[in-house]
Amino acid sequence: MNDRITLREQLAGMAFAAPYLIGVAAFLVFPLAMSLYYSFCNYSMLQPPIWIGWTNYRHLLTDHAFHTALWNTIFYAAISVPFTLALSLMLALLLNQPTRGQGIYRTIVFLPSLVPLVASALIWQWLFNADKGLINSALRPVLHILGKAVLAPLAAALGAGHATMESLRHLSPPVWLGDPHWAMAAIIFISFWGVGQTVVIFLAGLQDVPQELHEAAEMDGAGAIHRFFNITLPMLSPVIFFNLIMGIIGSWQIFDVPYVMTGGGPGRSTLFYSMYIFEAAFNQLRMGPACAMAWIQLLIILFLTVLAFASARKWVYYA
Amino acid sequence: MSRKPRLLTHVLLLLAALAYLAPLLWMIDTSLKHEVQAVQVPPVLIPHPVRWQNYVHVLRDPQFDFSLFARNTLIIATLSSLGAMLSSSLVAYSLAKIRWRGRGLVFGIVLASMMIPFPVFMVPLYRIFRELGWIGTNLPLWVPAFFGIPFFIFLLRQFYLTIPRELSEAAVMDGCSHFGIWWRIMIPLTRPALLVVGLFSFMSAWNNFLGPLVYLTHQSSFTLSVALQVYQSRSGGTSYNLLMAASVLIVAPVLILFFLAQRTFIRGIATTGLK
Repeated sequence: MNDRITLREQLAGMAFAAPYLIGVAAFLVFPLAMSLYYSFCNYSMLQPPIWIGWTNYRHLLTDHAFHTALWNTIFYAAISVPFTLALSLMLALLLNQPTRGQGIYRTIVFLPSLVPLVASALIWQWLFNADKGLINSALRPVLHILGKAVLAPLAAALGAGHATMESLRHLSPPVWLGDPHWAMAAIIFISFWGVGQTVVIFLAGLQDVPQELHEAAEMDGAGAIHRFFNITLPMLSPVIFFNLIMGIIGSWQIFDVPYVMTGGGPGRSTLFYSMYIFEAAFNQLRMGPACAMAWIQLLIILFLTVLAFASARKWVYYA
Repeated sequence: MSRKPRLLTHVLLLLAALAYLAPLLWMIDTSLKHEVQAVQVPPVLIPHPVRWQNYVHVLRDPQFDFSLFARNTLIIATLSSLGAMLSSSLVAYSLAKIRWRGRGLVFGIVLASMMIPFPVFMVPLYRIFRELGWIGTNLPLWVPAFFGIPFFIFLLRQFYLTIPRELSEAAVMDGCSHFGIWWRIMIPLTRPALLVVGLFSFMSAWNNFLGPLVYLTHQSSFTLSVALQVYQSRSGGTSYNLLMAASVLIVAPVLILFFLAQRTFIRGIATTGLK
């Protein structure tokens, strides 16, 4: 076959790609340019945009709510991404063991990732309910016994004061969504529930790890832990990398669960980046700052992805 | 494997299964309880008596027209999955099987655009849709699907690349056009992959929350996700047994769809992680 591209092929290629080419222009390039332009404007959607230069960006430097949203999102991503990765990998290893009912276990772990996030938010809001939720109903007696029978005597033996003893005797579970720190913890916790798709991708990756390598290593007397770190982990590194990138992109856009479950509260403790953009744009009609924040978000995600790709050379192993 | 690790595996699997299943079971459990029993402390595990009326109550609620919201959601989900299947497979065919100048660039754009967060488009798209008079209609939620979804283009392209070249070349020799090859060879040979695209886009439209929240303005056009949020936050608050019943009604179709197409699903997700 010759290497020249015939006109016929060129036209056919463009014709087949036409939907996307039009889509790129209408729904990608044009909106990107517009949002970049708006980010330098005073714009309420009701009046035409007015150019104000870097003002929107400068104001973000002193916008406390923005700082809170940025910090909350960084915190959430920094905890949620590595822990969901580790958890999904462990679950995948577990579900890869030949056991009875393997198919059922796999299905059960996968199911929650299909649940619409609005429904997830409501289910967990109910589970985390401070007075009547299932979680605290289970924690209360456990903490009660733990405090009275273990911690208080222990503190007494160590010579603790009366006040400490009393508080240990009356340990109570957190109020979760009513407490700034525990509300964040709850939202991170919910991200662990939806790892099903990541687990399935890891499981697929595990099927590609050559069995001969494991057998050969076992013959040489390598233990299970040794084999995991020297065979499974390197062979799986491209899949880990893929899931890491997806995790970064997804975690920076978290919206549905906190919006429905806490509305950003208490205070602004669970106000996340995308929620603040939404609030600025559609509740306050401040389209300029909303677009500026969206562009910063895009650049942060881009930066983290490039960083991940750069680091990939050091730890991702392509067979 | 020796006996001890096997026992440990079983225990860990049981614990994981319990942790992942419990929230769903508790949702169903609460949905079948009486309002008073639902909030009893310590919690009652088995609903007594079982109150199926909760579901009737949700379905008949004059302020929460479930069947209307279900219909709205179904229409959007069906149209977007049709659009995604049609457009993404055409574009993927072009990128995988036709040699033309610029296809490398287009593929690069496909990959890069997957990274762009939705909030960047939110405001300008709102403006565009407003100029078109689409705000308040369901058009913004399914028309874009007809212009190719990057993730699905990527997925189908990977599938099409695995179809041997000789097959399409032989067809060209026989005077078959690209459209003929796409329709008669590619579509039938990659039907499972196309089904994956259809299923995924259906579910993501079903689950989508932010899109409808931004572009739908009248309650009569709401999708189930947005309606459920409104149901929760409406004045006076909705009691948890009814809220969970409504949640079951939204979760159930997705789970049923999953059980009907389980193998397609798992295969589809598994392929996304491959290089």
